[in-house]
Amino acid sequence: MSNAVATPKKGGFLAGTANYLDERVGVAGILKEFGRKVFPDHWSFMLGEVALYSFLVILLSGTFLTFFFQPSMEFVIYDGVYGPLKGAEMSIAYASTLDISFEVRGGLLMRQVHHWSALLFVAAAGLHMLRVFFTGAFRKPREINWLVGFVLFVLGMAGGFTGYSLPDDLLSGNGLRIIDGMIKGIPVIGAYGSSLLFGGEFPGETIVARLYGLHILLVPALILIFIVIHLFMVVIHKHTHYSGPGRKDTNVVGYPLMPVYVAKAGGFFFIVFGVIMLIAATFTINPVWNYGGYDPSPVSAGTQPDWYIGWLDGALRLAPTHLEFVVGGYTWSWNILLPMIVGIGFLIIVALYPFIEAWVTGDKREHHVLDRPRNAPTRTAIGAAGVTFYAVLWAGAATDLIATNFKMSLNQVLTFMQIFLIVGPILAFIIAKRTCLALQRKDRSIALHGRESGRIVRLPHGEYIEVHEPLDEFEQWKLVDFKDYQPTLARPNAAGKITIRARLRAALSRFYFEDRIAPVTQTEIEQAHHHGDHAEIEAK
Amino acid sequence: MALKKNRRSPLAAIIVMAAGLALTGGGYAAATAAVEAVKPVTAAATAEQVTEGKKLFLANCASCHGKNAEGTKAAPSLIGVGAASVEFQVATGRMPGQASGPQLEKKKVQFTTEQIEQLSAFVATLGEGPAIPTDAMVAPNGDSTRGGELFRINCAMCHNAVGAGGALTEGKYAPALKGVSERHIYEAMVTGPQNMPVFNDANLTPQDKKDIITYLKYVEETPSVGGYELANLGPVVEGLFTWVFVLGFIIAITIWLGAKSN
Repeated sequence: MSNAVATPKKGGFLAGTANYLDERVGVAGILKEFGRKVFPDHWSFMLGEVALYSFLVILLSGTFLTFFFQPSMEFVIYDGVYGPLKGAEMSIAYASTLDISFEVRGGLLMRQVHHWSALLFVAAAGLHMLRVFFTGAFRKPREINWLVGFVLFVLGMAGGFTGYSLPDDLLSGNGLRIIDGMIKGIPVIGAYGSSLLFGGEFPGETIVARLYGLHILLVPALILIFIVIHLFMVVIHKHTHYSGPGRKDTNVVGYPLMPVYVAKAGGFFFIVFGVIMLIAATFTINPVWNYGGYDPSPVSAGTQPDWYIGWLDGALRLAPTHLEFVVGGYTWSWNILLPMIVGIGFLIIVALYPFIEAWVTGDKREHHVLDRPRNAPTRTAIGAAGVTFYAVLWAGAATDLIATNFKMSLNQVLTFMQIFLIVGPILAFIIAKRTCLALQRKDRSIALHGRESGRIVRLPHGEYIEVHEPLDEFEQWKLVDFKDYQPTLARPNAAGKITIRARLRAALSRFYFEDRIAPVTQTEIEQAHHHGDHAEIEAK
Repeated sequence: MALKKNRRSPLAAIIVMAAGLALTGGGYAAATAAVEAVKPVTAAATAEQVTEGKKLFLANCASCHGKNAEGTKAAPSLIGVGAASVEFQVATGRMPGQASGPQLEKKKVQFTTEQIEQLSAFVATLGEGPAIPTDAMVAPNGDSTRGGELFRINCAMCHNAVGAGGALTEGKYAPALKGVSERHIYEAMVTGPQNMPVFNDANLTPQDKKDIITYLKYVEETPSVGGYELANLGPVVEGLFTWVFVLGFIIAITIWLGAKSN
């Protein structure tokens, strides 16, 4: 008796299309699932978005550039419009870059859009990582997504570097020479590795074409795949939110994707695009015509990589010299190996940090409410130390510019940075931790006694008191809603032995949670209110 | 007899050595002569200029460089530095030096053009050295492509590929070349002031120097095609700009967007 024939509903074009799509690909279900995803609102949640949008801009402008760029190292004599290179010997890659800059309509703008958005992409991704780190957003269940994001950051660096080397100008060639030197610095396999990469002796005739393949195919494909995984996991995990009344580890408070965030994010994309266009149209970036075609003999002063490779360049500059020795005919060049070990080691620590912290706390709960950085003093301090370490390496890449612009001795700048690379993070750790603890104490006192109002009242018996204004409950919630940990003790295992692992874990736990300010409890608040009421009454 | 025929005369070695010595020595002499030959002609200086120059020298320079310009512990000898050296140092304000330091700074010029000519004329009489180049020699009408290539090979390692300057050891530096006059660029090349090496005419011919000047002036005078240059200091400034201004601007926007709905 059932009527199997679907009766098409009457409606306009939109409804008709929607129905058409729904019957074939189930759009309604998808929309219901995704459109009702709730995202909380906070400016710091948009940093990853900035990275995503700059990546889209990179894709668009990069596609334009591929129409005109020729990744060939074939020899050519330049016959374009740029005067001081007319008649110069160069590679086709460099000549086509010059043509893009001077002769292709909109070419220079697109080159500058591509380069500025690349710098912005990695910068926004880095800042996004810092936000995730300092708010503890990497905790269960998001450890793996942290790793995915980390891979994206490294891929961003790889994409940037392979692109930096394509124009085959003096600057990029110098950069490649440094990479060549680093590869050759690896014991035993170094020379083979370099030969393999460059197809023979540096610079060879193939490197630009090879890097081009990586730059326009493999790296962007990987970035896209990892972005998809990254966003997919955000959907699975749901977004984190900052603590506030009604915000729990079991819910997400915010607005739905449809229509609020679709509109907002769409608009934001155009804003980011617009900012990049504005910058690219007004500020020169990488004026390759100034550097000339690559020739292995000249090395210009002020040769630096783009900012995201700067910290590795800095590591090379800050490495102590004379650390070489020869074993069995192989040179162990520690002034190259040491920076590489430091760089890779730093990246590994960054990648594994969520797992390290999870092991120390032993916390298996899911966390969807973010920490305020001050409420995790040791983590914040570790982050500050890491940032300082990175920043010193980064500044290390600019020692020459720092020396000339601030009228200092290059040698002293270098020595200072070598020392500060070790001392700086320790100082940053101590300062950040103490600051966090002090802020926690302040929060605690505000939560219990309210804010200082600046109103001084003299009591009948002559005592002066300052009236504290109690917080409203919404404000107070933000100050008291956090979990904290207590240091754990090393406990014997089933066999009754305290393993080294357990001891290490206990030691780390002590390191993390020895200094702690306990969150305000309900009892304390009630007591304080009681006390506060008295003060209020007496004040009146 | 056959044996004897093939034997070298005992004098052979001596002859070969003598020939070798004559060749290298003569070659050196000839090369030096060639270098001398391409030296610019010394501009004729009047006796009056020399006398006045000597007075100026005794009053302003002798306390460090010695009464006979023979040099002291504080300053080098000026015998044989040539008029070009004096013109460069004094007309850029580097001399007379104000304070000892890693390097003498460019500052306000202390003498009039006439006085500088007199000083140069006097120092030029102390011993032969590079003369002040003529206007034709420094005119920026050479080959800028060649000049750019020569600049990158010979100068860019200290002065940066576009002459934005760079750091040397212990607080010394290669100054930026923007705004340096053609003549001073030429004089710096032939005299090698302070930490700069000398690029004599055998190393860079007068035509090479002219080409380099042409390149530098082209870069200086051609407006940047891509927009503001950010001091031409390369990726460090670009990175700094990205973090401070681009990202700063975008964060300001995120804060605005985040605040709207709250």
